[in-house]
Amino acid sequence: MTKAEVQTQSRKKSKEKVEFSDRLIDIVAYTVVIVGSLLCIFPFLLVLVSSFSSEMSIINNGFKLIPDEFSLEAYKLILSSDVIYNAYSVTIFVTLVGTALSLLITSCIAYPLSLDDLKYKNNIAFFVYFTMLFNGGLVPTYLLISKYLKMTDNIWVLIIPVVLNPWNMFLLRNFFKTIPKELAESAKIDGAGDIYILFKIILPISKPGLATIGLFYALGYWNEWFRAMLFIKTDTKYPLQYLIMKIIRNIQFAQELSVQSGVQLESVAPSYSVRMATAILTIGPIVFVYPFVQKYFVKGMMVGSVKG
Amino acid sequence: MADKRVGKLKGFFKEMNKNRYVYLLAVPGIVFLLVFHYLPMLGLIIAFQDFNAVKGITGSEFVGLENFKILVNSPSIGKVLYNTVFLNVLFIAVGMLASIVIAILLNEIAHKFFKKFTQTVLILPHFVSWTIAAMITIPFLSSDGGLINSVLENFNLETISFYRSPEVWPSILVSMNVWKEAGFGSVIYLATITGIDSQIYEAARIDGANRIKTIRYIILPLLKNTALLLLLLRVGKIFYGNFGLIYPMVGSNSLLYPTTDIIDTFVYRALMELGDMGMSTAVGLTQSVMGFVFVILTNSIVKKFNPESAIF
Repeated sequence: MTKAEVQTQSRKKSKEKVEFSDRLIDIVAYTVVIVGSLLCIFPFLLVLVSSFSSEMSIINNGFKLIPDEFSLEAYKLILSSDVIYNAYSVTIFVTLVGTALSLLITSCIAYPLSLDDLKYKNNIAFFVYFTMLFNGGLVPTYLLISKYLKMTDNIWVLIIPVVLNPWNMFLLRNFFKTIPKELAESAKIDGAGDIYILFKIILPISKPGLATIGLFYALGYWNEWFRAMLFIKTDTKYPLQYLIMKIIRNIQFAQELSVQSGVQLESVAPSYSVRMATAILTIGPIVFVYPFVQKYFVKGMMVGSVKG
Repeated sequence: MADKRVGKLKGFFKEMNKNRYVYLLAVPGIVFLLVFHYLPMLGLIIAFQDFNAVKGITGSEFVGLENFKILVNSPSIGKVLYNTVFLNVLFIAVGMLASIVIAILLNEIAHKFFKKFTQTVLILPHFVSWTIAAMITIPFLSSDGGLINSVLENFNLETISFYRSPEVWPSILVSMNVWKEAGFGSVIYLATITGIDSQIYEAARIDGANRIKTIRYIILPLLKNTALLLLLLRVGKIFYGNFGLIYPMVGSNSLLYPTTDIIDTFVYRALMELGDMGMSTAVGLTQSVMGFVFVILTNSIVKKFNPESAIF
């Protein structure tokens, strides 16, 4: 073999090697991503199928991806009592009113902090920031709300104590900072006041930023259960997530439901399938809304990763 | 000196007057923070009191460090502290690794729709609450008909009664945490990768780097900063346990406390079940102070080697 031949051959070999290792990456990437996605979706499917299974088949044959016996019993039971409707109206109220209030208060404090020439801007920013570093913890907060503010069993307790989130505040402030100063300045020359500028000029062009933190707030309110556990005593005021919490704890839930709704049950109360069906009814809206709002969350995470 | 102070005060009122509407806008937020964040900080004084609910904070007797003494002598506190840090270390290590791997592999997928679709699926669990996540584990863990035990039975292996076996719980909790957060966590790494200047890739390709080499020598080093920053941020919060994950799963199942009881669940129980305000505030104060020190510490480290990414 001549020298040139050896060279071309080795080059060929290395090219093949490259191709193989590149293909290996493809195989690994697709495999891991597919398996990962299946693992993410599988538990939801299992819950979905179990919610449509008859209780007897779960008890006799275990949880399965293909139901042995299709049954709507669990949903009938849940939908025939007030429990789920009450919880839904509480959660929807808290999410809508809470998000609206949060957006209002957050914008109002984020705007001044986004102005370059405000003298006490840094003092206020530190006042907000410090709450992210240090907090009073559970007990003083609990005492404050229950003993001194007397908000126990008041539905507003699910909104007011978390109406402003410092992290979201800084996110929105950073967003406001990207708005050209000239907009506010020219409005000022035309005689507009600061409050007018915020509500009529800044907020209307800040829709993407407001959407992002609005979704963060909305998800927070929708998924809230801890404060309900601490402060809500009446069961008609339970939000959805706390209802789920109660159901996890309380195996007798299904029996209570059946007594309340008067639905006759066969030998076994569908406690497993009822639990699964309640979970499905709670997840439902999120799964439908989420693909449409995903990009705002991703955007928010990106802004949030830049310093606050 | 008095003149100076008067001058300062004058300046303050002048500024307030000039920009009164701007400051007015900030008032609701400031009042909120004062009431719901700063007042509870003052309430930490309970840690040094023999707190009596009837007498309240102003009337209760001061007992010095008595609550802390009880705390130090409590047999479970060491375990609780250990669990908090140990579980957090596991969550951080496994979670970050999973997120980085997902990000790198997603980046290697050329098929656009497939990439977007799988990313959506991988992020989905982040959007359900921890209570739902806990509910979802029932079909897997329950002793009658649970999926894991059915599989074990099929292979003639010994079944596990999960709710009575504390030793398996760190793995369960870590799996749940990865399931719920790894996909969402990968978003930031993926953005870092796609933010890399494409000229760097091209240069590497011309130099003959294959994809594995590109990952090894270009992507990983460029992810290092992001990863370190996120690591430090999470380490700063290492004394804050994941109450949302653990409480719905464990609740008051004391059989599982040896491996799952963390500062936050401990304080919650001390407050709600024992009603011991003094002691539980003492724990809370310790946690807040340690948390504060750690955040300051980690941030000064970040500042040192990467001033761009320090938080303050």
